[in-house]
Amino acid sequence: MFAFTEASETRIVKILAKYPEERKVSALLPLLTLAQAQEGYITPEAMVDIGKRLDVSPAYVESVCTFYTMYYTKPVGKYVVKFCINISCHLNGCDNLLEYTEKKLGIKEGETTPDKKFTLLKEECLAACCEAPVMQVNNKYHVNMTPEKVDQILESYQ
Amino acid sequence: MTEILFKDINTPNLASIDVYEKTLDGYKALKKAFAMEPDEVVEMVKASGLRGRGGAGFPTGLKWSFLAKDVFPRYLACNADESEPGTCKDRELIMKNPHLLIEGMILCSYACRIETGYNYMRGEFWEYEPVMEKAMEEAYAKGYLGKNILGSGFNLDIHTHMGAGAYICGEESALLTSLEGYRGEPRLKPPFPAVEGLYGKPTIVNNVETLCALPYIVRNGAEAYAAIGTEKSKGTKLVSVSGHVNKPGNYEIPLGTPTIDLIEKYAGGIRNGNKLKAFIPGGSSVPMLPASQADVPYDYESLQAAGTMLGSGALIVMDDTTNVVVEALVLTHFYMHESCGKCTPCREGTRWMYQILSDIITRKGKPEQVELLNDICDNMAFKCFCPLGDAAVAPIVSSIQYFPEDYEDLIASLKSEQPVGTH
Repeated sequence: MFAFTEASETRIVKILAKYPEERKVSALLPLLTLAQAQEGYITPEAMVDIGKRLDVSPAYVESVCTFYTMYYTKPVGKYVVKFCINISCHLNGCDNLLEYTEKKLGIKEGETTPDKKFTLLKEECLAACCEAPVMQVNNKYHVNMTPEKVDQILESYQ
Repeated sequence: MTEILFKDINTPNLASIDVYEKTLDGYKALKKAFAMEPDEVVEMVKASGLRGRGGAGFPTGLKWSFLAKDVFPRYLACNADESEPGTCKDRELIMKNPHLLIEGMILCSYACRIETGYNYMRGEFWEYEPVMEKAMEEAYAKGYLGKNILGSGFNLDIHTHMGAGAYICGEESALLTSLEGYRGEPRLKPPFPAVEGLYGKPTIVNNVETLCALPYIVRNGAEAYAAIGTEKSKGTKLVSVSGHVNKPGNYEIPLGTPTIDLIEKYAGGIRNGNKLKAFIPGGSSVPMLPASQADVPYDYESLQAAGTMLGSGALIVMDDTTNVVVEALVLTHFYMHESCGKCTPCREGTRWMYQILSDIITRKGKPEQVELLNDICDNMAFKCFCPLGDAAVAPIVSSIQYFPEDYEDLIASLKSEQPVGTH
């Protein structure tokens, strides 16, 4: 069963107030983001709940949800580690860093460690090109990355 | 050095309203604007020569003057979906000086008689949403936002709206579609957003950097801004210099500064004592140029005359250890991944080009495939629904034009087993 928490319900009231009443479907992305923050990924039950609130079908919610890369429709690790693989990071050696991290975690890109702690993903440009190479852990930026910094940072997420 | 957008940018706590007011005469432009008629502010921005800093470079005041007459409500959508590869200037502005953006949004809204604005930030800027929210709260508390701002009778509410990971949402019509709660697919233009935008109402979509230039223009006058830069490219531009340079960073330059100065003087030259090979001047969506053209002045007209564009102001620098085919592959992977799938030339073309480039990189390429790449590009350029398709061909066409030997190296050496490094 999915239910938004009380804290989320308070947030939802504020979110809905941003948009005209007859255009409340504008709140779809913010509500999906909220559901994911709560559950770790977007469950089918969350899609049904959100659809009811915004007067759209669960199928519609899913069609929007799957368009955007930041939404996960399957469970992910406690920490999602993303490496930018676009040009400025590529020119600064992101390939080696990704390979290093794959070896360190013992998983390939796109996979989750058996203890469900880390999921490793490739990401397109994160708009921090002057501080390449760039890594995000649960949407927090880590810049000017080196293998040593990967070690330190991943150890801090335990 | 002329600094407008980055003036005192590294002042501690500049993101707090008191520091912003004290350091940068923050929110002083509002009183001056409110003493003018909204249309006078539009004329002022027209006279300043300010052009859209998101990529297209369209004159800002002119864009505002296209708003459908007497149709209300109208909306402002600030484009903070910064995702053009190589570009990271808006992130620095939002992170360090959110009040400059808020002040810019207020000035634009007053000039355009807008009472509701949305700041569409890319979802990956999750860390900066609280920075923006806190700054907005402070602005409301001081009466710079809300009802009857500074007793002017002008009302404005602004809201942050976070995206969720889609490059295409930086295209203005796709941004509005996304803000309405749909898949972020672009719309047919015309009608342009100024006539039928958000919720079918007249809407201004402006980039963060464009809006951030407004407080200076209103405070100091159109002439002061127009005095900077070249005859047609007025003002300053933030340039994100990244890649193989010693001091990558965002630098504010008067338009018309030689590109080589950005590389050598601002960004400290090429790393490891290597030589410049190629540079992409305006983000991944514009054609690259060879080192021999590095003295091109960094302004809209000069870069266009050189066969490329200023774009979003992202200068990506590649040294002579680079094989440009590899970088073309990296960018083609990006466009394939980000194609929204709505139109066939883009959806199929990006995938096909990616497959061919992958063949070439893994030394399975054939000489005729280079011609095939050019042919596919020819069938995509200006035939796609939105500019993403045009953008996708830029790195390929320009790399073939200027560096055919990089393709030949990979295709001629079929015997070698060693693939070139890429993901």
